[in-house]
Amino acid sequence: MLVGLFIPCYINQLYPQVGKATLELLEKLNVEVVYPSGQTCCGQPMANSGYEYESLGTCTNFVEKFKEFDYIVTPSGSCAYHVKKHYDILPESEEVTKVRNNIYELCDFLVNVLKVKNVGARFPYKVGIHKSCHGLRGLRLGSCSEKVTETYSYIGELLNEVTDVEIIELTRPDECCGFGGTFAVTEEAISVKMGKDRVQDHLDNGAEVITATDTSCLMHLEGLVTRNKQPLKIRHIAEILNSIE
Amino acid sequence: MSHSKAASIFNKDEKKVNWHDKALWFVRHKRDKSTHTVAGWEELRNLGHGIKAHTLSNLDTYLIQFEENALKNGIQVHWAADGDEHNRIVHSILKEHHAKKVVKSKSMLTEECHLNPFLEADGIEVIDTDLGERIVQLAKEPPSHIVLPAIHKTKEEVDELFQEHLGTKPCDGDPQYLTGEARKHLREKFIQADAAITGVNFAIADTGGIVVCTNEGNADMGAHIAPVHIACMGVEKLIPKQEHLGVFLRLLARSATGQHITTYSSHFKKPREGAKMHIVIVDNGRTEQLSRPDFRASLHCIRCGACMNTCPIYRRSGGHSYDATIPGPIGSILSPGKDLKKHSSLPFASTLCGSCSDVCPVKIDIHAQLYKWRQIITKETPQPFVKKTSMKMMGNIFSKPMQFNKVGGIARWSLRNLPKGVINSKPNVWGKGRDLPIGPKESFDTWYKNRKKDE
Repeated sequence: MLVGLFIPCYINQLYPQVGKATLELLEKLNVEVVYPSGQTCCGQPMANSGYEYESLGTCTNFVEKFKEFDYIVTPSGSCAYHVKKHYDILPESEEVTKVRNNIYELCDFLVNVLKVKNVGARFPYKVGIHKSCHGLRGLRLGSCSEKVTETYSYIGELLNEVTDVEIIELTRPDECCGFGGTFAVTEEAISVKMGKDRVQDHLDNGAEVITATDTSCLMHLEGLVTRNKQPLKIRHIAEILNSIE
Repeated sequence: MSHSKAASIFNKDEKKVNWHDKALWFVRHKRDKSTHTVAGWEELRNLGHGIKAHTLSNLDTYLIQFEENALKNGIQVHWAADGDEHNRIVHSILKEHHAKKVVKSKSMLTEECHLNPFLEADGIEVIDTDLGERIVQLAKEPPSHIVLPAIHKTKEEVDELFQEHLGTKPCDGDPQYLTGEARKHLREKFIQADAAITGVNFAIADTGGIVVCTNEGNADMGAHIAPVHIACMGVEKLIPKQEHLGVFLRLLARSATGQHITTYSSHFKKPREGAKMHIVIVDNGRTEQLSRPDFRASLHCIRCGACMNTCPIYRRSGGHSYDATIPGPIGSILSPGKDLKKHSSLPFASTLCGSCSDVCPVKIDIHAQLYKWRQIITKETPQPFVKKTSMKMMGNIFSKPMQFNKVGGIARWSLRNLPKGVINSKPNVWGKGRDLPIGPKESFDTWYKNRKKDE
């Protein structure tokens, strides 16, 4: 099984530690993993802004770089969802279909492909899980509060096995953080207010760390926490699962 | 005004935003509690979706069947292609009966057609009898929510409004007193009414009857006293059979307010003895929406308002920020179909979080339709130069890995070296309320390549 590692553009440039943690974690689990050179972005920033047609070159590059792999793993539910859901703008081909079928968000890959839950991590903190929307309601990485279904959460199941971690319950377990791509600037007032309210929910319930499957949500929340000097640390789930503190 | 502008004005009063958000979240929470007691809830949603899809695919047949049966029952049926024709029909019925005083129960359709001002211009008094609607009518405002029209008003504001218009005593917003006074005021209006107008929640093809759902009984009060009852409905209100109400009535009330069923689910099938009953069936853009494969499912909507209550943006921007008869997520996929340019900011008033689609009792893929409207809007309406150019540039950069690495390097250097005052200067909207990360020295890409070399 050969895995291609996709590191989303903003993680590559701004949060390389998340990429490193993902790679190290997969290697620790004896996965044969390669980071194909020349990868850039999944195309989502343009497409969600209404400019799908400007993302064609980006999507084509993505397929070109990842078409050879058995699985594509990425520390982002949002990017994985975008490839699965919206790559119908590319002409349908065996390669495109393969890439769309084989892309996995990291937690999804660990729980459902590798079938591991305990990755041997230790993280002695009170952690609040932010359930990023595209992973939750797009990829169904967990049950959402709107639907009447069995309760489950891949990120929760993995975190639960981490030594000395305490998972805190939130008052609103799966409300959006307000990032939303370009929404974060085009609807700045609401975006900031949504983020502030999310942060407050974690603080009110005693979290020391906020984690999520998506760094985009976390960048937004971290931006608020830093600006408002709030006592919270922000860690991507890969960083926690790769942690032996 | 764009949604984001209106939303930023609403957000100047953070306390009010918090109050508005909590009031609507409370309704969403009640909805959750009541739906989670229904074992087959998801199956009910599937059924609701399926029945609506089937009805819309056979709309012509069911409309004709409905008309035939309604006529047999002694109801007069009228057809209106648009809002203007609807208003003229209602007006002519009222004229025919010399009606000068009209009571109206909640009908988003008559709001959409702007019926009240049309009738008022001819000296006809129209009183909205749903308490929330009466409140916004007195305040000369449109409803801000389709089920809770005055949800943006605090009880203290209602207190002041009633003092001014109904001559009530100051009461510190005592809801019981205010409701009692509204009841007295409306009772007079019901007794004096020459005609009653109601909306329609469901029109049943195989019986020719209609169902109107209220919690206040105001539709019944109006229709049972006045000599003329005019019921106005959009073509999409149709369901094939009476038994389908067993699906929709269960879905509607639970989704709207968390009640098991609305207090009154009133079935009107024929006029009372000595009274007249009219039904006005309105298109007003609905068949055009039906012709758009990507958006036709928006016509499944049963107007429960659940997507508004769950929407984190709606809760924090208020219904008026949408500047449309139907606000919130469902309004944001319906309104562009009517006037793309006017409503072009609405599909962008969303993070595409998908909560609306999962809460929807008839499984409308609302967030997917928002995404699709975005693709159309950027092509068919003028876009800001900066947005257009930056998207083109991004598309270019991401197509070419070398360029991506170069631009990424510049961004990281800037974030690491420029003073905060420069980074967060005015053109950086992000920086108004949020920090940006400190730029790392090397990208993941560089780190990986160096690591490979070391191996």
